[in-house]
Amino acid sequence: MQLSELKEGQIARVVRVGGEGALRRRILEMGIVKDSEVYVEKYAPLKDPLELIVKGYHVSLRVKEAMQITVELKEQAPHS
Amino acid sequence: MTKKTITIALTGNPNSGKTTIFNNLTGARQKVGNWPGVTVEKKEGLIHRNGDELKIIDLPGTYSLTPFSIEEIVARNYILDESPDVVIDIIDASNLERSLYLATQLRELDCCKVIFALNMADLARSRGIKIDTEKLSELLDVPVVFTVGNKNQGMEDLLQKAVEMAKSPVRESIKRRVNYNKDVEAAVLKLKTHIAEKYPDALSYNPRWTAIKLLEDDKIIRDKILSTAGDKGKAVLEKASALRKQLTNLFDEDPEIIMTDERYGFIAGIIKEVLTTSTRERIDISRNIDRVLTNRFIGFPIFIFFIWGMFQTTFVLGQYPMDWIEGFIGMFSGAMSNLLPDGILKDLVIDGIIAGVGSVIVFLPNILILFFFIALFEDTGYMSRAAFLMDKIMHLIGLHGKSFIPMIIGFGCNVPAIMAARTLESEKDRILTILITPFMSCSAKLPIYIVLAGTFFGRKAGTVIFGIYLTGIVLSIITGRVFRSTLLRGADAPFVMELPPYRVPMAKSLLIHMWDRGKIFLRKMGGIILVGSVVIWALSSFPRSAGTDLRPFPETEKPAASVESPLQAENRTNPVSSSFMGRIGRAIEPVFSPIGIEWRGGIALLTGFVAKEIVVSTMGVLYVGDESNEPEALKNALISSGMTPLSALSMMVFVLLYVPCLATVAAIRRETGSLKWTLFSIVYSTSLAWIMAFLVYRGGLFLGFS
Repeated sequence: MQLSELKEGQIARVVRVGGEGALRRRILEMGIVKDSEVYVEKYAPLKDPLELIVKGYHVSLRVKEAMQITVELKEQAPHS
Repeated sequence: MTKKTITIALTGNPNSGKTTIFNNLTGARQKVGNWPGVTVEKKEGLIHRNGDELKIIDLPGTYSLTPFSIEEIVARNYILDESPDVVIDIIDASNLERSLYLATQLRELDCCKVIFALNMADLARSRGIKIDTEKLSELLDVPVVFTVGNKNQGMEDLLQKAVEMAKSPVRESIKRRVNYNKDVEAAVLKLKTHIAEKYPDALSYNPRWTAIKLLEDDKIIRDKILSTAGDKGKAVLEKASALRKQLTNLFDEDPEIIMTDERYGFIAGIIKEVLTTSTRERIDISRNIDRVLTNRFIGFPIFIFFIWGMFQTTFVLGQYPMDWIEGFIGMFSGAMSNLLPDGILKDLVIDGIIAGVGSVIVFLPNILILFFFIALFEDTGYMSRAAFLMDKIMHLIGLHGKSFIPMIIGFGCNVPAIMAARTLESEKDRILTILITPFMSCSAKLPIYIVLAGTFFGRKAGTVIFGIYLTGIVLSIITGRVFRSTLLRGADAPFVMELPPYRVPMAKSLLIHMWDRGKIFLRKMGGIILVGSVVIWALSSFPRSAGTDLRPFPETEKPAASVESPLQAENRTNPVSSSFMGRIGRAIEPVFSPIGIEWRGGIALLTGFVAKEIVVSTMGVLYVGDESNEPEALKNALISSGMTPLSALSMMVFVLLYVPCLATVAAIRRETGSLKWTLFSIVYSTSLAWIMAFLVYRGGLFLGFS
């Protein structure tokens, strides 16, 4: 499934970062790499962009960008 | 040893506390400028310590050294080509994993001595993160110093270590580094050998690094090789492309992606060894704040309240110091008027220099207050939340969420608004924002609307003025969309934006930030404004008309007689109307008449180039004959001059859109760093103004309005 399909509070493992060029590399460089864990903290009030927690920090991505990222849903974490 | 300046460059991720450390190290002794050719801010400070002179350079905050953004290019080129004695990489301890990405790139560059400053480790510890620094230092083969920027701790250690490093001999090339998988390593080795054989005196950069960059298809390095080595360079690039293709086929993926992945793999290994996270759950204050400030329901209302508060404070509170400054300028002007003998010099000083420069200095309180707020938003971390909230809306215009701030400030004054566009990282976003900000009708234009709409639209004036503001917003949206898909095309800046933890801002850095802006404003604007106002003054006071001056000025230029009848339509005694400005006004009448503006209105608009506030007073001088601030007199004169509601509307539309004031143009020139964009902005806004006014006037006439 795509990262953009996750709901608030869900955790997933990154399978593949798609897209191309600078944007794709930038996403990778910010630590959203294969096998890293992402937690969907929230969506902005207008449903775009969304806020993630990756490697212990908060980062926001546009939904369009999140659609390029394939993830695998992990079990819901009881805490954050 | 001989006395030599030691250059220390600070690098680090945005929000790593780099600026705070820079401020701590240099205090107020910093010089703010731009990096040559780009609008990225360059800060440096010179300090003396135990007989050494230390030059500290604050490199732009970056997450990586991949040359995508100007900031990254600036930072990398500086490190590569200026070879600072020491590079200090500021690492946010609570964000170690991501920070190490830049750190490993810096190590890979291997061109200068590096120190890590592990910043805010106290904060990290309170969040349950423990870092084994000795291990980290050993694993990366780099000295690590603890700092707590906002408590001013560790600065002395940092400087001492830096000086020590700078004076020590160059060390052997490092052993600890990212090792890629064997296929990549083989390709790197092949390319390295190839370069060494075919092109031995290649770039002075580390050969392994050069090879890696070529495999990553780094455009800047490719261009550098081509420009320094010509044909030999071409051979090297061909070899690199061949190897790159091989790797791409092998992995079914671009090599740079593989390498980024593996760098993070290497980092993960380090993290495993140096970092221990206690499982204790701590209350994350920052997250709780965000549950309110970016809340689905109240996030927007709070944001609007903050912007409103900023606005109110800036323009309401700012009014007091503005009045003081105006009072002071008035006193100064009066004193000069008594001191100087009547004559051109006196007019030049009072009407040209003092009036012109004075009209700009009054904006200083606004600028300072506004930038205090912007610094506050930035330093607390709220700015990125504002961008987070607004991005969806701004993205419709093809802009970044952060563009919202300059645009909203534009309703107050375009000068700080354009200066605020600096907070945008992408240059295209910045230029686009700067181009559309002037359509946000600034507060100085309001008196013009009030006079015109008040005179010709009576009780509907409020609606008409609201419509004018709305027109500005709509045209800025259209302009944004059109330019985004034509002139400033290209991928949107990715919105991969960090939302840093909220922090209590430090008064010192707020004040430094505010003062920096104030200084830039006074220095640069002052110069351009000074020249500009003298020119406009000269144009509107020469040639001098009879009776106003006893100097032997060109007799032939004098009007025949000075008849004192101020309300006469062809007001020839008026010094402005017989001046060059008056002549220009009449010469350009053909330009203004199609949009229903007669020559006096045209002149008023021309003088509005200095400052929009002048438009109403010029209209007073030209229509009524003196500057008596009696609104009724101007109203009657306007009506009897043959102006109609339609031509008034046309003029308002023109005022809304045409070239902004001199101070704004100066700001555009400075912030875009380009004369081309400045001229483009002037031409675009003015022609759009004319076209829109033409459509309003002619369309109105066609539809039978008058």
